[in-house]
Amino acid sequence: MTVAAIEVAGLCKRFGEVIAVDNISFNVPSGSTCALLGGNGAGKTTTLSILLGLLLPSAGTIRVLGEDMLKYRYRVLPQLSFTSPYADLPHRLTVRQNLSVYARLYSVQDIEGRIEETARELDLSGFLDRAYGSLSAGQRTRVSLAKSLLNRPRLLLMDEPTASLDPDTADRMRRYLAAFQRRTEATILLASHNMQEVERLCDDVLMMKSGRIVDRGSPQALLHKYGRDTMEQVFLDIVRAVDD
Amino acid sequence: MVLRYLYLMRSSWPRMIELVYWPTVQMILWGFINQFLVGQSPWLAQAAGLFIAAVLLWDVLFRAQLGVSVVFFEEMYSRNLGHLFVSPLRPHELVLALLSISLMRTLVGVGAAALLAMVFYHYSIFAMGLPLLAFFVNLLVMGWAIGLVVVAMVLRHGLGAESLAWAVVFAITPLSGVYYPVKVLPDWLQPLAKALPSTHVFEGMRAVMIEHTFRYDLLANAAALNTLYLLVGGAVFLAAFHAARKRDLLLHVGE
Repeated sequence: MTVAAIEVAGLCKRFGEVIAVDNISFNVPSGSTCALLGGNGAGKTTTLSILLGLLLPSAGTIRVLGEDMLKYRYRVLPQLSFTSPYADLPHRLTVRQNLSVYARLYSVQDIEGRIEETARELDLSGFLDRAYGSLSAGQRTRVSLAKSLLNRPRLLLMDEPTASLDPDTADRMRRYLAAFQRRTEATILLASHNMQEVERLCDDVLMMKSGRIVDRGSPQALLHKYGRDTMEQVFLDIVRAVDD
Repeated sequence: MVLRYLYLMRSSWPRMIELVYWPTVQMILWGFINQFLVGQSPWLAQAAGLFIAAVLLWDVLFRAQLGVSVVFFEEMYSRNLGHLFVSPLRPHELVLALLSISLMRTLVGVGAAALLAMVFYHYSIFAMGLPLLAFFVNLLVMGWAIGLVVVAMVLRHGLGAESLAWAVVFAITPLSGVYYPVKVLPDWLQPLAKALPSTHVFEGMRAVMIEHTFRYDLLANAAALNTLYLLVGGAVFLAAFHAARKRDLLLHVGE
């Protein structure tokens, strides 16, 4: 039996009258790459924030890497990491300084060695001593990914990992993530509305709409189920199904 | 976190200058006022440098408060809070880091102004001896407590509330009796003034400088009030952090 890296049951998040996440339950098997796919306001980012402990749920239980995330968050945090377009790094610090600060926060051993290694893997060696704020959007995204890999996470949560990247940089990023996942067998949960990304990277897709999980399956299974050729068509079928 | 702040300071000369600029300008201004009034006021003539000591000590409180709040704002400006709070950094560790940075900023800022006061006015606040340490610690702690409350307000209400960082301390200046004895205040205001640790510190400072006595009772009052203030400041910060986790403010905090 596959052990679940994430187990969520009856998760709800209300902001006053607004229900952002509506009683969702799901598991993400260890070593898999899973997508939360949905339109704007579907509840993807809210779900990720709750999984990270940045946001407290209104109801429900969450187990991450076998621990109750609501009770023992600080046992889990050293083993996970995240990237998000909503979080940035200090612009005045160099890339090396930023990575060095986070390496210390995660108690990484051999900080300089690990920074050099991660920078090599992500083709960042030439930028290490440049101010983070002077980098292009694509370079910053790679630095953010480098930051999230410093602690060799067992679980990587990513919110729109290739948002604002040009096709070439986005493609390199996806290739790197696929290779990283194969090499480390880490679990990746990514929130996205980029269908290409989901088709290429993910074993499993959770389709979200209005705070609920409305369907689930591998990209191939969903394509077959909806009789479509692309995930974009599947996405449109699901998103428009109730509205129309 | 301290290292992160040192990196920031190293990369930004305006931030370095700002550390010493205001304490020095204040010290110079009050030094001239002090020089002028010594010849006019028998009360002030009893203690050379009374206003200089007052302004330097007042800046301890002000710099300590800014050291906590402005350093936290830096994380908000750079939208770094999301990364910080999913790292293993606990809220109390962040608070300890803020307090450590505040201590360093205050020592550099006020220390430089105190050294310049020796050059410009031949007045050394260090001549006060050990009482100076007691005053410094009490004002530092009060500044920390106010800083934590300001951070809590900004965490809760967004960066639109950042002006509190400057406004709060100015609002309590008249009550603290920095440049005059508390008995100058109207009767109804005096109990409010005595609820501030800073008031006891400045009364104590005048006792040392004018009467040449160290008032342990005033020190005890200030220390007791500061213990309470720091506990309240810490509790308000933790409550704001909890509220931010309920309202999704850690990742989306803004204006």
